[in-house]
Amino acid sequence: MKRTPVREQDPKVRATNFKEVCLGYDAGEAMEEASRCLNCKNPGCVKKCPVNIGIPRFIEQVKNGNFEEAFRIISEDSSLPAICGRVCPQETQCEGNCILGVKGEAVAIGKLERFVADYNRENGTPVIEKAAPNGHKVAIVGSGPSGLACASDLAKAGYDVTIFEVLHKAGGVLQYGIPEFRLPKETVVEHEIENVRRLGVRIETNVVIGRTLTVDQLMDKEGYEAVFIGSGAGLPRFMGIEGENLNGVFSANEYLTRSNLMRAFDPESDTPIFIGKNTVVVGGGNVAMDAARTALRLGSNVTVVYRRTEAELPARAEEVHHAREEGVVFRMLTNPVAILGDEKGCVKAIRCIRMELGECDASGRRSPVPVPGSETDIEADTVIMALGTSPNPLIANTTEGLQTERHGCIVADESGVTTRPGVFAGGDAVTGAATVILAMGAGRKAAAAIDRYIKEK
Amino acid sequence: MYEIVFKKFLTPTICLMEIDAPLVATSAKPGQFVIVRAREMGERIPLTVCDFDPVKGTVTIVIQIIGASSRIICSLEQGDSLTDFVGPLGRPSDFMEEDPASLKGRRYLFVAGGLGTAPVYPQAKYLHEHGAHVDVIVGAKTESLIIMEEQMSEVCDNLHICTDDGSKGHHGLVTEKIKLLLESGAAYDQAVAIGPMIMMKFVALTLKPTSIPLTVSLNTLMVDGTGMCGACRVTVGGKVRFACVEGPEFNAYEVDFDEALRRQSLYRPQEIEADHKCRIGRDL
Repeated sequence: MKRTPVREQDPKVRATNFKEVCLGYDAGEAMEEASRCLNCKNPGCVKKCPVNIGIPRFIEQVKNGNFEEAFRIISEDSSLPAICGRVCPQETQCEGNCILGVKGEAVAIGKLERFVADYNRENGTPVIEKAAPNGHKVAIVGSGPSGLACASDLAKAGYDVTIFEVLHKAGGVLQYGIPEFRLPKETVVEHEIENVRRLGVRIETNVVIGRTLTVDQLMDKEGYEAVFIGSGAGLPRFMGIEGENLNGVFSANEYLTRSNLMRAFDPESDTPIFIGKNTVVVGGGNVAMDAARTALRLGSNVTVVYRRTEAELPARAEEVHHAREEGVVFRMLTNPVAILGDEKGCVKAIRCIRMELGECDASGRRSPVPVPGSETDIEADTVIMALGTSPNPLIANTTEGLQTERHGCIVADESGVTTRPGVFAGGDAVTGAATVILAMGAGRKAAAAIDRYIKEK
Repeated sequence: MYEIVFKKFLTPTICLMEIDAPLVATSAKPGQFVIVRAREMGERIPLTVCDFDPVKGTVTIVIQIIGASSRIICSLEQGDSLTDFVGPLGRPSDFMEEDPASLKGRRYLFVAGGLGTAPVYPQAKYLHEHGAHVDVIVGAKTESLIIMEEQMSEVCDNLHICTDDGSKGHHGLVTEKIKLLLESGAAYDQAVAIGPMIMMKFVALTLKPTSIPLTVSLNTLMVDGTGMCGACRVTVGGKVRFACVEGPEFNAYEVDFDEALRRQSLYRPQEIEADHKCRIGRDL
């Protein structure tokens, strides 16, 4: 039995709008797809899920049309199913370990999770049970995936939880990083954050922990017994090549923040965005795909340059496939060596060198080496650098006793315990840039550790 | 929402506002800035902090109408609210890290251009309160564009006004006034220039031959202002630095002003167009 196809907006149409690409299953399609699940006794999918959702259990309920029960099962382990169903790299996690995938196609677990969350949103989300208030206060720094996951688990266990968010909207990377066409803000993100609020979690926006208030103040003066730091990724990385400060060179963070958080794609928004004729995006991760597809929708021709091959692209397979369908051009084994400017200091081209794969590096991937004399110029007026981030030093610098490692990431163990008693950390602030679901997993583990810490105190 | 508890136009295009923001008022320090959003679809605008009152819980900001977003902010009235007000952002001025006792008797020269008078004020005030000698040069196109003259005169030893048209004080540029002061024998341990990028560039060129250290506060483009977007990157001492978290104050002699000037103008065409649309049907 073949995997039930999912409806999508036509590539030609969607390349000109910011509406969601994937339209999701309807009830009939979801039940049909759910019936493919073999309900394995020892399910590989659950093991590969960073938050260990009871996947075969919820799929069984979908098969029988019990969509509310399916939602309740997912909610035991995740507060953000409509988000994870859309942005998790399922092919390397749950679906990558599905037994059906060995000979054919894995069950579309992500699409089923998304269906369950969307169905329950549209038909009134069931009330999630929570314990009676226990009187203990916990502060969470950052309202991204790790903070929301940590807050949800603690609130369900009866804690009095406040999230402090530096931006004007809650959601972290879900707001500023992932575009509308992949993750709708009003319907999906804001609804799931509202569900976290319904658990009793307060979210204070416009508070800079490390400036407006410090972690020390939260613990010593404001009565928080524990603090979880989920402050996310930080400063954008650049390559250090000539011409990176020319007008027309942006970090993917800037480009995406303007379009996503500030809604610059909407004519009603006051925030400007630079729309080039020819945009080159440097990098091969999900952020690079998001930047490329955003620039395309704004009306630019877009080329992605990546220094390794298609096989090494770190982006989700679905995003690469979608980007290509929409008209994004990929140039593999290509690496920038300089950005060239005109007399006004505006970008006119990007000079790239051809690469070939050499020996395996520490990550086990064959490392690219430049082919001497193979430089070519690609015409461009916009260059977007999607090369990852390095941690924001603000919280570490203003928190007594909080240790960071060489790159500036906060030192924390598997359960989020840092070098400062009562302070826990997780997500990108600890690991460097990773995925929504890994950050959620870290937030949940830290919530369990905070619960143990406060009870044993 | 952050209420505007007091508003007054200092000149036809420069507006002072006191904002109810208790957490910022108790944590702000000289040298830092805030980010303001006037309405739901509004832009995030970085503004330097002019004053703060922890007792009243208010922060004073001064805004000049230069585009659509600043025009919208200035059209709000006392009793209206800003949608967002976040801060303090950036590092406090270097002297805030020092033992206040060591500031006594130290000689400071501040050079303020136009709106730059506002962020100079809390610095001069702090240093003056701690016994430093503070001279301030304020430059403006014409007399009617000089702001905060009276308040400034209360927090410094000598206030020198310069106007381009000679309508008040020295007839000429701030850089000429700097030279005149130095020629007349004035000596300084530290200089600070805050104003238009082009003014700061020329103050740096003027002071470089002297051995007086000079600090400038860079008003770069920003989106989040918290170290995420990199729009504010500047080259200082040959290295890329982020003005929002590593600045906004830098050693002037290391700043690549030409690059900073060029980067600042990136969205100017869009801003002019937006401001034109914004003015249709408004009397501002």
